[in-house]
This record gives sequence, structure tokens and C-alpha cells, in this order.
Amino acid sequence: MTMANFTVPTVSNTVASTEGLVEKITVQNLDFFYGDHRALKNINVSLYQGKVTAFIGPSGCGKSTLLRILNRMYDLYPNQRATGTVRLDNEDILSPSQDLNLLRAKVGMVFQKPTPFPMTIYENIAFGIRLYEKLPKSELDGRVQHALERAALWTEVKDKLGANGQSLSGGQQQRLCIARTVAVRPEVILFDEPCSALDPISTAKIEELIDELKEDYTIAIVTHNMQQAARVSDFTAFMYLGELVEYGETTKIFTAPNDRRTQDYITGRFG
Amino acid sequence: MTSSGRKPVVDVAYPAGGAMTETASSDRAKVLNKLRFSDVSFKFLTRAAAIAVLIILSGIIISLIHGSWPALRQFGFEFLVDESWNPVTEKFGAIAPIYGTIVTSIIAMLIAVPVGLFIAMFLTELCPMFLRRPIGIAIELLAGIPSIIYGIWGLFVFAPFLQQHVQPFLITVFGPIPILNEMFAGPPYGIGVLTAGLILAIMVLPFITSISRDVFEAVPPVLKEAAYGLGCTTWEVARNVVLPFTRVGVIGGVMLGLGRALGETMAVTFVIGNAHRISGSILAPGTTISATIANEFTEAVGDIYTSSLIALGLILFIITFIVLAAARLMLMRLNARLGK
Repeated sequence: MTMANFTVPTVSNTVASTEGLVEKITVQNLDFFYGDHRALKNINVSLYQGKVTAFIGPSGCGKSTLLRILNRMYDLYPNQRATGTVRLDNEDILSPSQDLNLLRAKVGMVFQKPTPFPMTIYENIAFGIRLYEKLPKSELDGRVQHALERAALWTEVKDKLGANGQSLSGGQQQRLCIARTVAVRPEVILFDEPCSALDPISTAKIEELIDELKEDYTIAIVTHNMQQAARVSDFTAFMYLGELVEYGETTKIFTAPNDRRTQDYITGRFG
Repeated sequence: MTSSGRKPVVDVAYPAGGAMTETASSDRAKVLNKLRFSDVSFKFLTRAAAIAVLIILSGIIISLIHGSWPALRQFGFEFLVDESWNPVTEKFGAIAPIYGTIVTSIIAMLIAVPVGLFIAMFLTELCPMFLRRPIGIAIELLAGIPSIIYGIWGLFVFAPFLQQHVQPFLITVFGPIPILNEMFAGPPYGIGVLTAGLILAIMVLPFITSISRDVFEAVPPVLKEAAYGLGCTTWEVARNVVLPFTRVGVIGGVMLGLGRALGETMAVTFVIGNAHRISGSILAPGTTISATIANEFTEAVGDIYTSSLIALGLILFIITFIVLAAARLMLMRLNARLGK
């Protein structure tokens, strides 16, 4: 339980047992601007290898913004910029020399709405693999099958791999997107409210999936559903008005939060 | 407490309610009755408008067939394959204008489709914000220029420029290469099939560009983000996500452009040379269906001459129809291949 030897986030009321954990992503003194609007204020947080970190907080608090910094998705848009450092395995991903395509191969993302590409189910998965590797057909088939199995979708689609990805149900589409993300063998997977458009059964499946995936990946999930955060995550960060209010082990955050605002939020007093 | 609370509900729902509902529904019936007339006439008007399209279309087809009948009867199938076009001997054949129409349109589309798609891609994906509006407006202005102006410009500026600078260059460069030296043979006239094709390319470019830009902009940002999120480059996103997603709209834009290229009259008449012959070289003068009709209708005196020109119109109509049908077929096959 000693924390002395670890560089845990410098937020004052951080409480986390991080012994033996490897920091996969370290965010330090991060500010983010939409034009002149400062959307994130001095964020310090670490994502640990093989753990699920949930980001909760009311709408507009900057959770999704933070997630979109971790794979530099904001780079697609003008007038958005980040200052500070974000290290992925000790490499500053915010530096201008960072290769974005390689970064995004390492840091995959699953979005709020399912986003199957306008191609067949098979191609949806194979497409991502082909970007990085040139494989013979048989090996590619194997990789596609494995990815679909990982996303618990294989049994449902194995007889219709030639069907269009957009013909699947919402929950299946979302698992297809997870399979697609897994297929390129990322190290980190970012989930941006992955279940908000899904029914409870599909949601349960995705949560199960996240639990299985965390053995091999570092996972960050943004969610509005606090039960979901409590169910799937090991660490939870509560954000409010662009600030990281409290960060720590999920059990601690949900049972004995240090900050008044965290307590108000998780008990439903605002947000 | 509970019984008195429930009582009004019972009152409204059963005894008094029955009478009230009846009056209410008869009021509604009166209103509906009044509306019935306007509803019926609305239905009638919309249907009449839709049927009018069919009547006009079939009217045009019938008058085209009727008008071209004398020529078709006299020349038969020969009309389609004969190159001669001689008003003195009244011997007419359509193959030269058909050839010119198709070749100029092919040249136009070969240039305008890739360039238009690239411009649209640039505008939606890569262009800095401050440049988007000026370029977009410039393209829309290009679409608004009347074709007669393209014609004048083509004849007095563009054709001499091609004659002096571009065509001699093409002739020397492709001279030693077989097949290509046939395509770029002969003296540099300036006017000719290639010039007409280039003018057409400029004219259809705005259609293809603005329609593609509109459909590219309609791609959900999150879909593009998902592709970028896999590590795709801009080209890969455009090629594998944006284009397949927007293929129906893009093909629609291309077909609209092709339709204009096939039927464009004025600008082509100015720069194509109006020669009724087929030449292997695209530098040589030629003619198109619409250019021939526009040039010669006023001087067509004999019945057969007039009828031959109308027959050309019928052929243009059929070519356009075939192009549209081919586009439909292509879309269906694309959808089948994508597993839809």
C-alpha cells in the first residue's frame, strides 16, 4: 500500500493502490483548448497496463475530450490544441513529430455510435489488418475469425461474412467495431460511451467483453452510466467542468469519495 | 378519500362522457368533411403532375420517332453505320456525329471525373477553412457561366493556345509511340475533337465537383474518425470509407455531368470544327449530334434532310437513355458486391 515510490497523479486527493502496476499512459499538466475555450484544466492521470479506467462526470465535463487526446483524434479539426505531456510508454504523443497513423494503430477507439464501414463484415475487419500487414488469404481469414471471436460475434456472423456490416443490429455492429479495433492489435483501447446506443442485453455483452479484453489491453472507458463504471472499471476518474476532481480505485471512489462533488455526483445530486 | 378521488374519473369516462364524445366526434366529422374536398383535389393535383411527366416524355418520344420515320425508312440500318452526310445527294448517315458525341464525352469524363473528385476531396478533407469558401464559390460560378461564353472563349482563346503550344507538343511526344501516334496525328488545327472534349470537361467539372462535395460532407464525421482511428491516412479514408459510403451520390453527379457532356451544343459547335467524318486522330475536326442539329436545322430544306436531323435527335435520346440504364445497372452490381 505504500505509494511513496510511485509517481501517482499529483491531484491532491488521489487515492490508489498502484503497487506493481505499470503506467501505460501518463497524462501530465494537460490543458486543452477549443479555440479560446479552455476545455481541460491541468489534468494529471495515469492509465495502468491491463486495467480498466473509467471516466465519469456530467455532460460537457471533458471526458470525451480527454479520450480524444489519447489518440490525437482532435488533430483532425482546426482550432483545437493540447498543451502538456501525454506519455505512452515514455514517448510523448503530443509532440509534433509523433506519427499519427502509428499512434492510432497502438491506441484503438470504439465510438458512441456503432461505425461499421460501408463494406462486408469480413472486409470491415480485414481492412484494418491490411493497413499494417500483408498476409496471405488463409492467415487473414484466421485473423478475422480470431478478432470476431474475441468480440463474441463469430458464432452470429460466421455464415454471413459477405453481408454488409451495416445490415447487423446495433449491438452486433458495436461488437463488429470492437473486433475491428482488436484486429489491428492495439495496446490501448478507448471506449467512448460504447453502450449508450444499445439495449441492456447488448450492453451486458459489451461489458463482459471489456472485462475479458483487459487481460491483454489497457482500457479507458467514458460512460454516463455509473453502474457501468462501477461494474467494469478498476480505477475511476471523476471529472467536472474540465477538471479532474478525483481519481482512484473504483471501489474507493464509489464507496468513500474524498471530494464533496464526487459524492454529490455519484449519489445523483447533480449531473 | 380514495372513493371521492376516483369519482370524477368515472364520471368523465362513462355516463356524461358518452354524449360528449359523440358531439366531439361529429364536430370532427364536419371538419373532416370540409377538408375532404381539398384533400381529394390535393391528391388529384399531385397525381396529375406526376402523370404530366409521363405524357410529356412519351409525347417527345412519339414525335421523335414520327419525325425521323422518313429518314429511317429510306436508309434503314445503313443510317446508323454510314459516314456520308451529303445534303446535295440527300444521302445521310449518323455514325460520324455519334462517334464525335461519344468520343468528346469520354475525353470530358476522363478528365473531369478524377479532377472533380480530387477537388471535392480536397475541399472536404484537406482544405484550410479560409480557402474553402472561395474555392467553393468559384466552382459554383463556373457552373453558372452560359455555354455560349465557353464557346467564344474556346474558339478565340483556348483553341489558338492549344494550336500553338499544346498540340505540337502532343504530336512530337506521341509521334514515335504506336497507336498513340494515330490518336495524335495530323496538323494542329486548334479546333477539333480534343478541344471540344477539354471544353466539355471544364463545363461538367462544376457539376461533378459540387455534387461530390455535398455528398462527401454528408459522411458522418464519426465514421471518418473511426477510419482515422484505425490509423488510416487521408487517402485511405477517402478511398475506402468516403467513396463507398457516397457512391450513389457520386455516380449521380457523374451521370449528371455525362448527360450534360452528351447534350451540350453551343460550346461544342464553336470548337469542334463541324466536319462529318471520323478520324482516328482526336486532333482532327469532327462533329457531335447536337452540334450537327444546331448547325443545320435552319438550312435543312428537303424532307429527308429534316427527318435525318430528327433521327439524330432520337439517337441522342437513346444514347442518354442507355447511359442512365447503365448507371442503374452499375449501382445495382456495386450494391450486390458490397453485400447489400
